[in-house]
Amino acid sequence: MSTRLAKSGRLIDRSSRVEFTFDGKRMSGHKGDTLASALLANDQMLVGRSFKYHRPRGIVASGGEEPNALVNLGQGDRHEPNARATTTELFNGLTATPQNVWPSLDYDIGAVNKYASRLLTAGFYYKMFMYPRAFWKHVYEPFIRQSAGLGKAPNPETSDPDTYEHFYAFVDVLVIGGGVAGLQAAKTAGEAGAKVLLIEQTPDWGGRTVVDGADIDGMSAQDWVNSTLQALEAMPNVTLRNRMMGAGVYDHGYVLAYERLTDHAPEMKGPRHRLWRIRVGQTITATGAIERPISFAGNDIPGVMLAAAVRDYSVNYGVSVGDRTVVVTNNDDAYRTAITLKQSGLDVPMIVDARETGGGALMDQARGLGIRVETGCGIAKVHGGKRVTSVDICKQAGEGGMLWNIPCDAVAMSGGWSPVVHLWSHCGGKLTWDEAGAFFRPDPTRPPLGDAGQTMVHVAGSANGEMLLRTVLEDAARAGEVAALAAGATGQISDASVAADTAEAPLEPVWLMPQGAHYGLRLKSWLDFQNDVKVSDVQLAAHEGYESVEHTKRYTTLGMATDQGKLSNINGLATLSNALGAEIPKVGTTTFRPPYTPISMGAIAGEARGDVFQPIRKTPMYDWHEANGAHWEPVGHWRRPYAYLKSGETIHQAVHREVTATRTSLGLLDASTLGKIIVKGPDAGRFMDMMYTNMMSNLKVGKCRYGLMCSENGFLSDDGVVARIDENTWLCHTTTGGADRIHAHMEEWLQTEWWDWKVYTANITEQLAQVAVVGPNARKVLEKLGGMDLSKDTLPFMEWRDGTLAGFPVRAYRISFSGELSYEIAVPANLGRAFWDKLLEAGAEYKVTPYGTECLHIMRAEKGFIMIGDETDGTVIPQDLGLNWAISKKKEDFLGKRAQLRSHMTDQKRWKLVGLETTDGSTLPDGAYAVADGNNENGQRNTQGRVTSTYHSPTLNKGIAMGLVLNGPDRMGEVIEFAMDDGETMVAAKIVTPVFYDPEGEKQNV
Amino acid sequence: MSDIATALNGASFDGLVQVEELRAQGMITLRGDFSDSGLVKTITDLAEVALPGQRGAVMDGTRGLLWMSPDELLLLCTYAEAPFLLGKLEAALAGYHALAVNVSDARACFTLQGAATREVLAKLAPVDMSPESFGAGQVRRTRLAQVAAAFWLTGEEGAQIVCFRSVGEYMFNLLKTAAAPGSDVGFL
Repeated sequence: MSTRLAKSGRLIDRSSRVEFTFDGKRMSGHKGDTLASALLANDQMLVGRSFKYHRPRGIVASGGEEPNALVNLGQGDRHEPNARATTTELFNGLTATPQNVWPSLDYDIGAVNKYASRLLTAGFYYKMFMYPRAFWKHVYEPFIRQSAGLGKAPNPETSDPDTYEHFYAFVDVLVIGGGVAGLQAAKTAGEAGAKVLLIEQTPDWGGRTVVDGADIDGMSAQDWVNSTLQALEAMPNVTLRNRMMGAGVYDHGYVLAYERLTDHAPEMKGPRHRLWRIRVGQTITATGAIERPISFAGNDIPGVMLAAAVRDYSVNYGVSVGDRTVVVTNNDDAYRTAITLKQSGLDVPMIVDARETGGGALMDQARGLGIRVETGCGIAKVHGGKRVTSVDICKQAGEGGMLWNIPCDAVAMSGGWSPVVHLWSHCGGKLTWDEAGAFFRPDPTRPPLGDAGQTMVHVAGSANGEMLLRTVLEDAARAGEVAALAAGATGQISDASVAADTAEAPLEPVWLMPQGAHYGLRLKSWLDFQNDVKVSDVQLAAHEGYESVEHTKRYTTLGMATDQGKLSNINGLATLSNALGAEIPKVGTTTFRPPYTPISMGAIAGEARGDVFQPIRKTPMYDWHEANGAHWEPVGHWRRPYAYLKSGETIHQAVHREVTATRTSLGLLDASTLGKIIVKGPDAGRFMDMMYTNMMSNLKVGKCRYGLMCSENGFLSDDGVVARIDENTWLCHTTTGGADRIHAHMEEWLQTEWWDWKVYTANITEQLAQVAVVGPNARKVLEKLGGMDLSKDTLPFMEWRDGTLAGFPVRAYRISFSGELSYEIAVPANLGRAFWDKLLEAGAEYKVTPYGTECLHIMRAEKGFIMIGDETDGTVIPQDLGLNWAISKKKEDFLGKRAQLRSHMTDQKRWKLVGLETTDGSTLPDGAYAVADGNNENGQRNTQGRVTSTYHSPTLNKGIAMGLVLNGPDRMGEVIEFAMDDGETMVAAKIVTPVFYDPEGEKQNV
Repeated sequence: MSDIATALNGASFDGLVQVEELRAQGMITLRGDFSDSGLVKTITDLAEVALPGQRGAVMDGTRGLLWMSPDELLLLCTYAEAPFLLGKLEAALAGYHALAVNVSDARACFTLQGAATREVLAKLAPVDMSPESFGAGQVRRTRLAQVAAAFWLTGEEGAQIVCFRSVGEYMFNLLKTAAAPGSDVGFL
């Protein structure tokens, strides 16, 4: 059983008591514990069930590489799935539940899967769930969802009460990893004078070296770490941050780091996580190495752990994983675990060393302590269910014949170490295979490159494949120096610290134990614990033709999900390469992608939630709209009133009322969102003629003209009224959504094509609040405000004047988008609300009615005016809409002219704009297609047109619509059929002129 | 004029720093060829401050000139004098190819005051806010979270921010969030 030892535990405070629950059971640990160490201290070996077979799973590792100990953390609105127990610091009140268990952790009904495991081999899902197709939705998917998967998704109805944020930082040298290599590299770079940020994912500095024990510069590892930290803290150019993980390395020296601020102490104020977005001159990854498991039968039974993790739990947390631990290894490092356990007073019945010749000095030391060492041996099989009971020992060279059965309650395994090359690889750093260590290490000749082709990532220490402490420190000092120099720092640096190493015997690669293990054993030899992938699965994939490691990954799920194969990667591809008879470097690795370990969605979102989730653009009159029943419509980032609802009114009724009131008396529209762009300069007229399809250069000062803008491909892009302000100045009105886009469009042409034209533009959309004053009483209400002459003769239709109204400085445009007598009045935005209030006050006697965008749409549709985005969709040219009158034939050129001469653009079969009136007065569905006889080659009904705008007209009391119809303008009076949403019911509509209301324009010209 | 209403009417917030909306700030956008010494003299004479260099901000009392792009400046003045100053500029620049336009109402302006000013901005803008990289006499035209903005330092512990008027409320809420008590970073 696992338990807390009486002594040791360098990271825990034994005087403290921290209460927590796991799976509903109350437990306690100490300050400094991780959830994993506390669970082990409470003899909780079983922590979850596996993904596919629901096999019992225990803790395997002690850090971020942990594949098994994933828990649901917290409850209710703080529930978070897939939290790694090994990196979760214990705090009072922590609540964790195991994942993928049903009905309970101890008795899981899904475990029957293990009896069917011969069926659940690699590619099972692909093979089993292919046919029949109809079974997918109702049989297969519910089955898979129930039995597979890890943590529970948070309740979508709750909202995370924690806060998150981003932070932009800029440093010369970023050192990722606070072990001895990172400390040494940071110290060297700091001494050179570089601005250094050193980050460490755990709360503690020093990494493994402190656990393993060593002398550096004549001090204990811990003393060296402490003194180096002191030296770093004294440097003003160096910043140290713990609980901060280097998550990803991106192009041009951009690095994401994930800081966990309050996970360990939820009572603290402030954000829970902070995502650092760092621009780095040079990055040093000092990310260490991860120990590999060994593939033997039953290596997934709780109690089988990585050898270094067993050592970590003992030294760091004073936790024993078992009273009797068998150590199995192919290298010398695991002997340290045996020695540590023995010195803690625990029993190590046997060290099983796969190497015929065994190890070096550490083996001798172990034997000296009285530990039995068997060389050339391996584990044939682990016995046990929810925990280890014994192991069968065999010859490594054989097929698994048992030599001895050794009772034990833990197995510490070490298959060697793999450098953490993830961050090096994220942005293109290449790897090279190291025969001696049997691992991939960064290839310094093929590094990730920066903007100028320079090396942008350096690797230090065991992440670089240096496995001896002396060379780790030397390598780290080198990386620190090179990085600082590349970042331009040239200060005086001191020599690397010096460590004394114990000589170690070479490792011998072991990819399967025993090497000739029969199928029954391979079927129980796990490669990937998290995804239930075994040696037999990868072999089957190779047998079935999956030669690429990327394909094998997807076929078997090797290396997927939250741990991304941190433990399984090398063992898996070695197994694949053996099965393929290819060399490991030829098979290669799967792609390393950020983040290194999962980061929270909250950190990614940062501050963007609640009222700052997205910017909402508000006009100066927004608050009035809000207070007066506005039903909002998003238009770009703007919010515009769709209609103003009075109490008891439906939206439809409100729109109806607004149209009628405006047509019969007086309506007001907040038109502030319309784009306003000033174009000025000696070449402005020439420029305007290129931008618009019609002639703008000859527009007289004081006058307005409606204009169309096309893309260079001829498609209608935007429209609006242009006013000539003075000799050199035009003011272009754009659509609400078009302001920024059209301004950018203008600037692009000016900056890239016509850079020598003397034209300046300015987007002044937000400088002005604009109100459309519309209806038969529009002039009366403005005259009542007083200050300028608005009579028909002084301010005729399609002209503008500057003046004052009720003391407000205004520019009044006599333009109409409704067909009524109409003015648009622009005032400085800061006066917009006051002017609006003044109009409401003056308009009271005319029952002034503010109206929204739907009323605007209906009134323009009644007049047959097109709307960008309704009548246009990026494939429509002005000619389709019968707007030939607005396309100049005199001009030599304008944007879109040549495109509009192409054969497809002049094709007589292009659908053209017409009005549509249903024969029964009903309103056509938006987007409905007019059907034609027969089917096309895809078996779809042929079409001859579609609806682009459709409304119930309160003015005419019937449905009106516009649409694009084949030969439409030539078919006036013809009745065609439109399909309703069901595709079967047909509605008959007559083709008519699109101008339904006041075709002579008498209403607006009064 | 008493009818003047800015985006937030002077809202304020006290957190890591003090955030306050300016009730009104005069601003004139100037576009022209600033390699033309005659044009520059005309502008600087009327602005009563010197021409800023690239990413520069020249301030003197209520007046200031901010570098916006190689052919664009932002002239700061009081809100009340902006229309008059614009008139003078237009008259004086008549012989040049140049554009001057009053944008005082198009913007919302905020001040930050407090020791954490740099860090509050560094949470929102992809800008190196360290003192060695950004100091008085400089301006950044950038973004704060999801909206365009420009800012400059008003002293060792203060900054002024300009954004579009329509997103003034978003900006205020954003600054409040970034200045929430307890969210100190301790990096800059």
